[in-house]
Amino acid sequence: MSKQYATFWLADALYGIEVERVREVLRQQDITHVPLAPTTVAGLINLRGQVVTTIDLRERLDLRHDDGDEQPMLVVVLVAGESIALLVDRIGGVVDVDDEQFEPPPDTLIGPARDLVRGAYKLEGQLLLGLDVDIAVAA
Amino acid sequence: MDEMDEIVQEFLVESAENLDQLDRDLLALENDPGSREILSSAFRTIHTIKGTSGFLAFERLEKVTHTGESLLSRLRDGRQTMTTPIADALLLMVDTVRALLTSIEETGAEGEVPIEPVMDQIRGLMVDATSPAPAAAAEPTPEPTPESVPAPVAEPVAEAAPEPTPTPAAAKAAVRPKAEPKPHAVPVRTKRPRKSTAAAPAAEAGPAPVEAPLVAPVAVAAPAVETPAAPSVAAAAPVTDPSLGQKRTAAESSLRVDVDVLDTLMRLAGELVLTRNQLMRGVIELADPALSRTAQRLNVITTDLQESIMKTRMQPIDHLWSKLPRVVRDLGSQCGRQVRLTMTGQDTEIDRALLETIKDPLTHLVRNAIDHGIEAPEVRRAAGKPAEGTLNLRAYHNSGQVVIEVADDGAGIEIDKLTAKAVERGLRSSAEVAGMSEADVLQLVFAPGFSTAKEVTKVSGRGVGMDVVKTNIEAIGGTIELDSTPGKGTVCRLRVPLTLAIVPALTIECGDDRYAVPQVSLLELVALDEARATSAIEQVAGAPVYRLRGSLLPLIDLAEVLGIRSAADSAHRGNQVIAVLQAGARRFGLLVDRVVNTEEIVVKALSPRLKTIGVYSGATILGDGKVALILDVQNLARRALRADASDRLDEAFAATSAHVDSTAERLLIAGVGAGRRVAIPMSMVTRLEMIAVGRIESVGTREVVQYRGQIIPLMRLARYLGTYADEERPELPVAVYSRAGHSVAIVMDEIIDIVEQHEPIRSDINDHGFVGSVVVKDQIVGLLDVESTILAADPDFFTAHAAAVAEVGVESFEYDPPGSADQPAGDPYSADGRLLPAGAR
Repeated sequence: MSKQYATFWLADALYGIEVERVREVLRQQDITHVPLAPTTVAGLINLRGQVVTTIDLRERLDLRHDDGDEQPMLVVVLVAGESIALLVDRIGGVVDVDDEQFEPPPDTLIGPARDLVRGAYKLEGQLLLGLDVDIAVAA
Repeated sequence: MDEMDEIVQEFLVESAENLDQLDRDLLALENDPGSREILSSAFRTIHTIKGTSGFLAFERLEKVTHTGESLLSRLRDGRQTMTTPIADALLLMVDTVRALLTSIEETGAEGEVPIEPVMDQIRGLMVDATSPAPAAAAEPTPEPTPESVPAPVAEPVAEAAPEPTPTPAAAKAAVRPKAEPKPHAVPVRTKRPRKSTAAAPAAEAGPAPVEAPLVAPVAVAAPAVETPAAPSVAAAAPVTDPSLGQKRTAAESSLRVDVDVLDTLMRLAGELVLTRNQLMRGVIELADPALSRTAQRLNVITTDLQESIMKTRMQPIDHLWSKLPRVVRDLGSQCGRQVRLTMTGQDTEIDRALLETIKDPLTHLVRNAIDHGIEAPEVRRAAGKPAEGTLNLRAYHNSGQVVIEVADDGAGIEIDKLTAKAVERGLRSSAEVAGMSEADVLQLVFAPGFSTAKEVTKVSGRGVGMDVVKTNIEAIGGTIELDSTPGKGTVCRLRVPLTLAIVPALTIECGDDRYAVPQVSLLELVALDEARATSAIEQVAGAPVYRLRGSLLPLIDLAEVLGIRSAADSAHRGNQVIAVLQAGARRFGLLVDRVVNTEEIVVKALSPRLKTIGVYSGATILGDGKVALILDVQNLARRALRADASDRLDEAFAATSAHVDSTAERLLIAGVGAGRRVAIPMSMVTRLEMIAVGRIESVGTREVVQYRGQIIPLMRLARYLGTYADEERPELPVAVYSRAGHSVAIVMDEIIDIVEQHEPIRSDINDHGFVGSVVVKDQIVGLLDVESTILAADPDFFTAHAAAVAEVGVESFEYDPPGSADQPAGDPYSADGRLLPAGAR
């Protein structure tokens, strides 16, 4: 069975979210910091009059924030009726994938990514990591 | 089929309203069993439901309502009188009908709701009534057809039949003195008005139903409709209409709108407000007059629109209260209390969402009043009170809030009992309790795990109660107060905001972010400049406090609570502002960096994951489009003031401040040149100022300075005390002493310190200009005799002011002679530093 994934880059890896979960993609906005919130919460943004929580995916995946020249982008997804924005490095495109291309994560994958990454789609010359949105925003 | 669904839907909504009305009517009938008006209204209501259920083929519903209708028709025609069992049965019928309607709403079918018990009960009451009737009545009553009752089920349509029967009976019934109820009747109110014509209208209408059953209700209702003041809209408009394709007459002026639509409108209005705010900023920068005018109009229209939409969300509190008579009745009989419920201000409007939130707390308070407040009839009689207790509900608007009072004339709260309970429950120690004021003791009612009911009853006394009520009310920015007079009763007062959607708020800055504080919790603002921030904030064993007009205000450093920076960093932040906030009975100061402005903010819900942090109640979008968090003042207080101990902490603070005030006096230590120092009681100082030398002018031989639109005399301490200033400074520190609008500026050479003096004043030195001396940091300092010093500068100061005071009758500043400073004159800084007058409340 073939599926469509909206893809984005995070620290040189290509991740994907089912395209029907994605509502829109935005350039980074003014983010209001929320003190005392978990570090994975980057803050709040104003999405056309709606207050939307933003999740820092790098933080969530335990990736370092080192390449400061990236212009972070926001992927707005719908989770349990609530809009949530994900902070990512760069937007990819929409990719068609087949179930045959899928493989579950290797046993060597440990850390927070283990829960977040459902598995990898073997694209040509690149692996597309399928992100479990529900778990990604759950923290 | 869609059309059919629509009709069913309308039937459900309408019936729900009708049943509420029926509830009210039945309760009213108990008090006024003979009222034809109410009887007719009740009859019509049930008849309408019956008619429509027949039309829609809800068979069981029809059966039940038919039985009820039969009983009601007997009541209406005077063949039987309203009694408590009848009321019980009819109320039970209403409940059954509700259950059926719920089932229809949920499943589309009537389901398995049992209808037999209530039908049997009602039939039983009717059968009973008929047999004794002939016996009781002096004349043989030809009562031919009441027995149509057991049979009705078969032919619902022809069921209007009972109607005509009164015709022969009516005349007789009128003659009959009393329609005596069944033998085992419980206390009956026999007050049955003998209205000989009473049955007549029904009799007239009698023939009609036979030919056109479905239209019949209208005909029957008609004679009555003329008289009652405001029959329920729906009752007069039978739902048979849709089939006839007629317009509903009374509904023309109102419209049922889906709540979701209103919420969407509300949200859009909120966004419009935000957009307008952004636009207004841009327009101001452009300074284009034409555009400004347009923007101004947009501004006005937006405000109007917002208000109008807000209005659609407002509902009279009666929506909530109309359910209470039933609650009171049921509870009253459960608890063996006689309660009369009175209501004032039913039309007070409140936001729909809030109405929903206060529903449970209010019901709880009503339960409490009946269960704990109002005593059993015997007890009341013994206490010389009427056996029937009164429960009064009152609602009114007061300064942007809705006040709801639940008052009973019951036993009140006995302070002793309450304190004993608190000790028993381990909430307070007996020593603590002994020192508490009555008001404080009453607050104990709201402590978690507190319940004063002697035993746990079905109704209340499980210890989940007032604390939950309080939490719920505070969660919506409301407050709750309790007032009680033993033997006389208790008043519980809820204050809730009109609406939650748009609230006035203060925007403040802390760190790099802005936050909103709801204005309703704000009392005042105190500005601290860099120099004073360090000295004005004092510590009680490490807990920062600020002296606000003589009492210590616990401080919470927002930056520290939010983990933005540590308290030590904050100390060097320079200018800070204390926002004095009220959270329930507690007051505290929130230390922030800067106050930005006040604005109306649209409250946006916060993702649950952020709400659980417990410091934010929501978020909002500011004029510049940035998101700001709304601080949850209640929770902030709870978090920072340590939940359980906070009340005691307050008391401790009160005690500490009392201690400080009575024995310690703050002294201003001033240098007067040549190394000499004098002490001036701070209670004599209205304000400390720096005056540029250039501002000093002369009038005659006197030096004066213009100060706040006044010309005030200057008094150089050094000269007065015979010393010389060390050097000529460009700015002179002065202590301004004011009384009744007159001031004197006392010029010092320098301000050295402000100290707290616990030692008594030693008055063995009585030099010119001094009242004594004190030891400050191992140094003897003369305590200035402010009075005589002022007299030296302005000999008429006190006499002139005595006159001024007598004339104006207002004294702006209390003159406290040193030594008798039992009431300190307050901190000079706060008077000046306050930015806003005391808050919205």
